[in-house]
Amino acid sequence: MSDKELKKTFVIKGIGVSPGVVIGKAYLFDRLDAQIPFYKLSDPGLVNEEIQRFRKALRESEKQLLELKSRLGDLGGGMDPLYIIDVHILIMKDRKFVDQTIQNIRKMKVNAEWAVRMTVDKYREIFDRMEDDYLRGRISDIQYAGQRILANLAGKKRAVLDIGERVVIIAADLSPADTAQLKLDSVLGFATDIGGKTSHTAIVARSLEIPAVVGLVSVTRDVRTNDDIIIDGSAGVVIVHPDPEVRRRYEDKKRLYKAAQDNLLDYAHLPAVTKDRHRVEIGGNIEFVEEIPSAIAHGADGIGLYRTEFIYITREELPSEEDHLASYRSVVGVKGLSWSTIRTFDLGGDKFYLDKKTSRELNPQLGLRAIRFCLKEVELFRVQLRAILRASVKGKLRIMFPMISGIEEIRAAKAILAEVKEALLAKGEPVGKDIEIGVMIEVPSAVIVAEELAKEVDFFSIGTNDLIQYVLAIDRINEQVTYLYEPLHPAVLRLIKAVVDVGHRAGIRVAMCGEMAGEPIYTMILLGLELDELSMNPLAIPRVKKIIRGSTLKESKALLKKVMTLSSSTEIRALVDAVMRKRFPEEFQVNGQ
Amino acid sequence: MVIIRSFEITNRLGIHARVAAKLVETANRFKAEVSLEKDGVEVNGRSILSILALYCPQGSRLTICTEGVDAQEAMAALASLIAEKFGET
Repeated sequence: MSDKELKKTFVIKGIGVSPGVVIGKAYLFDRLDAQIPFYKLSDPGLVNEEIQRFRKALRESEKQLLELKSRLGDLGGGMDPLYIIDVHILIMKDRKFVDQTIQNIRKMKVNAEWAVRMTVDKYREIFDRMEDDYLRGRISDIQYAGQRILANLAGKKRAVLDIGERVVIIAADLSPADTAQLKLDSVLGFATDIGGKTSHTAIVARSLEIPAVVGLVSVTRDVRTNDDIIIDGSAGVVIVHPDPEVRRRYEDKKRLYKAAQDNLLDYAHLPAVTKDRHRVEIGGNIEFVEEIPSAIAHGADGIGLYRTEFIYITREELPSEEDHLASYRSVVGVKGLSWSTIRTFDLGGDKFYLDKKTSRELNPQLGLRAIRFCLKEVELFRVQLRAILRASVKGKLRIMFPMISGIEEIRAAKAILAEVKEALLAKGEPVGKDIEIGVMIEVPSAVIVAEELAKEVDFFSIGTNDLIQYVLAIDRINEQVTYLYEPLHPAVLRLIKAVVDVGHRAGIRVAMCGEMAGEPIYTMILLGLELDELSMNPLAIPRVKKIIRGSTLKESKALLKKVMTLSSSTEIRALVDAVMRKRFPEEFQVNGQ
Repeated sequence: MVIIRSFEITNRLGIHARVAAKLVETANRFKAEVSLEKDGVEVNGRSILSILALYCPQGSRLTICTEGVDAQEAMAALASLIAEKFGET
């Protein structure tokens, strides 16, 4: 593509997973780059320090190569590998290479990493012009030397992508580990090749209240770093190189979106009560304690789901009890929140086993994760439980165990919890008195044995994302089958109804904390199901409250009754769409939402 | 003392990384300044990257200039290296 073609406005359509409009510069996220921080030196006084860092990394790199060489020499191997090491050492000692890099630091005021990268790139340009394939390929030796220096510059310090100005992140997909490397406050929005409504990128974007479009297939090929880009997360559209006219229209849209938000915020602090006085408790789903103010501002009565995974993901080593405690203390007993539900470890073992053989699972969604992992690595589990119990003195706390598939697991988890509690009390550590224990209902078998589970716990919380995935046997990351992901599938609705009925017969509370709880199109159905608590992404709360306050329990139950008589998702969706559009025309105009 | 001589690069792969390393290592053994020139571009004989960037595939004409007290010895060493095709084919 020529430069001219590149500047032409073009549109890529995907799935909008986090609403809002953003206009900015694209930044192509690459896992390798993400390990390396590139930044301008904020203070010219740092130049000499940066040069010293570079020189030190050079010395260390050379030392390592010499050691490597003597080790290989001792092995009595052939001459070739030793020669290559000499080449790499000579490159690092090359005056041109060193001087050029130092000049980059001095003149461009960039950090050493960036300066090395610039020098290597300059040689790449020269080599790219060479006709002889073999000689052109020698750039790899320069790149190798550069990488070794970069590795030494990084040292043991955790690398965080530092991009300075705020940008739109373009990526194939973002894993939790990738987002942990991003400085999230410099991210304006996300656009990714793959993913769906419940993919990690989507969840992160919604919790940060920034727009995101996923499932764009080729956005990483079509967009370059620094391209002007518009992300419309409500419509699921990405516009690259917008012309001035388009840009102006989107500036307007952006303003309107904000106004609509502000308008809805009027509902944030009203209770979620139907016109016939049926009350639903509203929880906020969060994964960072920093999200609590936003949860309160958007009208959460409590925290319905605190995902603790980031406590593990953002660290090199396992978090200590004190690391856990610091987070839990900020979540429990917060003014303005009536309760906080902490979900225990819900990751796969792959995050912890260094041995790739044990960690590689063909089907991680069905593998050693969540409660299964905790019951195997009991000490890791105990550390988390101890911290949760210690935080419980601060306020109303609920503990929730994920991925329970049968009665043994909840009994085992409770036994460990009791053991940890006894030990704390024996040491004179106070523990909250009315801690509630619950299970996530997300494995289909848990629905079937819900009656037995209800005898063991104080509450259920239905995790619809996984439940739908497991019940309908679809991998929600696989784009080929995302069309099958249907919360209104009769099987899903019947399972949810069964859980609520069993829970209420047993006299325990039934919550829902999956994405379904925050989609206003389902709100009347969920009212009809008589869930006690709906917990959702805080941003979604005002709109859901608006629907709840505009409906009656009676009509919701009538709608549900009718829905339960239908045999296909197609019919159910058609009915629900029609009813919601009729009842709330201003909320569901375009695309049905 | 200044000595200037021209050579043809005859080994099959031309001046690649390992060959450039040998040239630099040889130049480093002497006090004399060593420079290489090809097609009007002159580079320092102690800089491996500059030699590689000079781009000398098989058949290139290369002029070497040595200058200093041991210029003669330096030139002799470099000349024999090139004559031996750097120990390659």
